[in-house]
Amino acid sequence: MSTADPTLPPELRDRITGLARAEHRPRAAAISALTLVQDQFGWVSDPHLAETASLLGMSPADLDGIATYFNLIFRRPVGRHVIMLCDSVSCWIMGRDAVCARLQARLGIRPGETTPDGAVTLLPIVCLGHCDHAPAMLVDRTLHGDLDAETAERLADTLRTPAP
Amino acid sequence: MTASERPLTAMIGLPDGPPDCAAYGRAGGWQAVRRALRDMTPDAVIDLVTASKLRGRGGAGFGTGQKWSFVPKDPAATRRKYLIANADEMEPGTFKDRLLLEGNPLQLIEGMIVAGYAIQAGHGVIFLRGEYHLALDRLNQAIAEAHEVGWLGDNILGSGFGFEIHVHASGGRYICGEETALLTALEGRRAQPRSKPPFPQVGGLWGAPSVVNNVETLCNLPHIVTNGADWFRALGIGPDSGTKIYGVSGRVRRPGAWELPMGTPLREIVEHHAGGLRDGYRLRALLPGGASTAFLDAGQIDVAMEYGAVEKAGSRLGTGLAILLDDRTCPVGMLHNLEHFFAQESCGWCTPCRDGLPWVERLLQAIESGTGQPDDLDRLHDHARLLGPMGRTFCAHAPGAMAPLASGLNLFREDFEAHIRQRRCPLHATA
Repeated sequence: MSTADPTLPPELRDRITGLARAEHRPRAAAISALTLVQDQFGWVSDPHLAETASLLGMSPADLDGIATYFNLIFRRPVGRHVIMLCDSVSCWIMGRDAVCARLQARLGIRPGETTPDGAVTLLPIVCLGHCDHAPAMLVDRTLHGDLDAETAERLADTLRTPAP
Repeated sequence: MTASERPLTAMIGLPDGPPDCAAYGRAGGWQAVRRALRDMTPDAVIDLVTASKLRGRGGAGFGTGQKWSFVPKDPAATRRKYLIANADEMEPGTFKDRLLLEGNPLQLIEGMIVAGYAIQAGHGVIFLRGEYHLALDRLNQAIAEAHEVGWLGDNILGSGFGFEIHVHASGGRYICGEETALLTALEGRRAQPRSKPPFPQVGGLWGAPSVVNNVETLCNLPHIVTNGADWFRALGIGPDSGTKIYGVSGRVRRPGAWELPMGTPLREIVEHHAGGLRDGYRLRALLPGGASTAFLDAGQIDVAMEYGAVEKAGSRLGTGLAILLDDRTCPVGMLHNLEHFFAQESCGWCTPCRDGLPWVERLLQAIESGTGQPDDLDRLHDHARLLGPMGRTFCAHAPGAMAPLASGLNLFREDFEAHIRQRRCPLHATA
């Protein structure tokens, strides 16, 4: 695609341009711009990456080097909901492996995969700073703690109700 | 305990949530900004903080006043300078900065204004880890309100000093907590650490003088300016000043975090505040201050939790939040979990770290799963010896990763040998 064939909505382009202007150099807005795109589309596709790069005055390869370095930027499609289950030491001690096994069985996917109905992506994440309530996981923007296999499974079930 | 004895958390956990600007002021807030900007020179603030003996609460424990003193003293406003709050709390087992960020964002903002004034920086940045969504919302709300009321912006209190804060929500990666990698990330690049010198205080963000301070460090500043250096030093039990947010995770009755006098004995934290180990579990060992600190044996639990004493015991105070290993959790499995984290989070820039840490992880996985060979232990010792000392790798990531490994190889030697001899994990086999 070329930049003459934009796929980002005009208001999103404007917001990215605004972010770039507010920074000392436009490229400093790379992560916040990619996050904006991801908030709207769930992930960052190749055309969206290229267009964002052009708004920041960067080459697509340069921006992709950043996008693929940071784990919270998704360069592949994800489900409508993303479960990030902590895999760091305190949660491991407190039984996160059993929680993960139950989620995998219930959702029928392994970490890194999305359910066939497009509802849920399951990902491992480093320590969420909720160690006094281990095991913990982030579901979209909400933190859940004191999990066991049953509570995690019930939470996952609520995410699979049909999309509106 | 009275509010003055736990200044950092006095306004945290109130039923109405974090205080707004007015409530913060009624509870004693904003006094430090008034005092510093009206009655003190920037150098006087630096001298006060130096005299308070405040040391960095992010893990390294560097003197805060000393760190600031390296910033060039140009006439105000002739150069761009930056004051950066390191809110990239990603050390496994650490959950203290989230408490401060969510519980009282204005305390951090006031601390940043004071620090910014001391080094004459007009620009403040909060580098926040991307997973802290609630903290992001509360910080943005607090910054907007402080701006509206006039605590941020141009010419604060008519002093001529202006200060702005913006929040950078990170895209992830543990290495961003390393201060030069953090600066690289803020410049919109892959977050690889930089070689020093130049130190950030001289050539930091965009080459401008920059100070990076941990959230807990900055939150201490309003109280030091308001109550004085003598008061702050007297808060600590031993040689170190102030209070510290300590914490415990693992199989204890009441995992949590508590603000206590600096130098509180580890036994008091584990047994009194965390309620001791749960029924049926015994303490085996612990990491006193996060994943990158060396194991202490259960017999060392009487150590005072202050920089010097923990170092003398063979580890580091680190973040001050302890992770407990109980007698029913496999130490080899725990080390495998830790080294998986460090291998994954290596930035990949230098070969010993990029290739060495995954090698360590695979060796530990083999031993834990019963396919380890006797000379695997030699290879693990080699890595601890070669990657452990500072200066063999580009930054402190690999030495941090080797701290639990080197100490664990000695402390859990029999467990390692049993895994290799029995070709299985003895604990999992009997569990």
